Amino acid sequence: MPILKVSKLTKSFGGLTAVSNLNMTLEQGELVGLIGPNGAGKTTVFNLLTGVYKPTSGTITFYKDGMEKELQGLKPYAICKAGVARTFQNIRLFKDLTVLDNVRIAMHKNVKYGLFPSFLHTPSYQREEKKLLDQSIELLKIMKLENKKDELAKNLPYGEQRHLEIARALATNPSLLLLDEPAAGMNPAETAQLTELIEWIRERFHLTILLIEHDMSLVMKICERIYVLDYGTLIASGTPDEIKSNERVIKAYLGEDVSNA
Amino acid sequence: MKILERNWVKQLLLIIFTFTIVQILIGLNIINDYLQVTLATICINIILAVSLNLITGFTGQFSLGHAGFMSIGAYMCAIITLRMPTLTGFLLGVFSGAALAALVGFVVGLPTLRLRGDYLAIATLGMSEIIRIIFLNLKITNGAAGLSGIPQFVNWFWLYLFTTGTVLIIVHFLNSSHGRACISIREDEIAAEAMGINTTKYKVMAFTIGAFCAGIAGALYSSYFYFIKPDLFGFLKSIDVLVIVVLGGMGSISGSILAAVLLALISTFLQSFPEIRMILYSLALVAIMIFRPQGLMGSREISLAIFNKWSSLFASRKGRV
Repeated sequence: MPILKVSKLTKSFGGLTAVSNLNMTLEQGELVGLIGPNGAGKTTVFNLLTGVYKPTSGTITFYKDGMEKELQGLKPYAICKAGVARTFQNIRLFKDLTVLDNVRIAMHKNVKYGLFPSFLHTPSYQREEKKLLDQSIELLKIMKLENKKDELAKNLPYGEQRHLEIARALATNPSLLLLDEPAAGMNPAETAQLTELIEWIRERFHLTILLIEHDMSLVMKICERIYVLDYGTLIASGTPDEIKSNERVIKAYLGEDVSNA
Repeated sequence: MKILERNWVKQLLLIIFTFTIVQILIGLNIINDYLQVTLATICINIILAVSLNLITGFTGQFSLGHAGFMSIGAYMCAIITLRMPTLTGFLLGVFSGAALAALVGFVVGLPTLRLRGDYLAIATLGMSEIIRIIFLNLKITNGAAGLSGIPQFVNWFWLYLFTTGTVLIIVHFLNSSHGRACISIREDEIAAEAMGINTTKYKVMAFTIGAFCAGIAGALYSSYFYFIKPDLFGFLKSIDVLVIVVLGGMGSISGSILAAVLLALISTFLQSFPEIRMILYSLALVAIMIFRPQGLMGSREISLAIFNKWSSLFASRKGRV
């Protein structure tokens, strides 16, 4: 059963076509990689999927609970509400807020009280805030950030900031998670730990994950399928083994010495 | 829950205590008529600064149009109380003035809040000038001569009630999920949007609440000083409020209150040196900015925790926020 179907997706900036005619399907529960050399248009694809950019043409269809939803043209917050969450390549936490607030803000869409209860702190406010706090703490426990909940996000070490980004994305309760270079800047030990974490959250939260990554050890280890972009066009897709031996991919991206990849 | 109730009680006691002390001082004429004007200025400036801080310091939308919203409240209240010089008329004037300011804030906010930074500042500046010019040319506002003889209903009680009311409502709002949504826009608009926050909605919401409170401040102003004219609500008034916000600390409610009090006191004290008053005032501003560039409070707050510390000196049980 598909969760996301992208068809003929194209985005041009003036004369430059960043993504052209992209077709892609994600099945429920899959962990799929999106790779390609620098400037291939991977992050542009993420920005199209999450509504930061409007596609020039093409459709993005999201399936949830047997319902179909067209995502192209929706605002980012509406796409998030539909159940697609993301992390950012260059970490974009709410730096001057606490770890707890970072997560709580991402849970905002579940908050049921209106404006007047927030002015007067009525019982419904108290009840909902308590629920929100409990849920946030629970999520932080799962992500092993609970003892840092009152620290400012900017004071966390780099690796934990990456974890918090993932925690914040999970707080929006997504069914599809887009990770943009989660291992960037991490050492091999941290990357190995992250690899485990990604696999684990997929099970724990029943997620479908689409992952952009340059670290081939991570991609080849956990991705079930891989899409390869080059100059905005899809040049290959398939299992890691197929991709490793694909002539076009080797030429465009992995270089001649594929045995080390 | 018990802790919460206790804090609530403490808050209320502190509010009543402050009110009574000042009321007694007024009764004893220690706060004389002259100082009462300062007191009114402080209260009105607190409302203006706290509401502008909500827009600029917390939501991160740089607005230079606060005087415009203030003037709407002032004129509305003046026009209503001139025709209906009763307490009901006054209260009607305050709330309809605030509501109209909020409505204008909403209508103006929708298109302009798409702009960022300097562009938004210019747009809001333009809006407040338009409002001023409208008041300058309307018949009902008596043009450039302004309205005078506005019945004075505002006394220390109403000033205090409206000031604590608006401050508490804004503080409560900021401590709610909606308030946090506003703060997340200041922190990172793109990330906020990606986390499911409808940023346009929350920017307009903060702008509308801010405009509402500015309307209240304007209404109090017109009813206390019983004379208003369009020139009072020009560009410089918006800057005055912005100075208080920046000086107190962007993103600190207690900072705004502190700065409003401090600036009014400095200004009052300097009345004795009329020739060099503005020079000294400006020098004081420059000095504060040099030594505290992040504002008096930065983005920190004075909270009940301090009072709890004090009270723990007297009581054996120690309270916590």
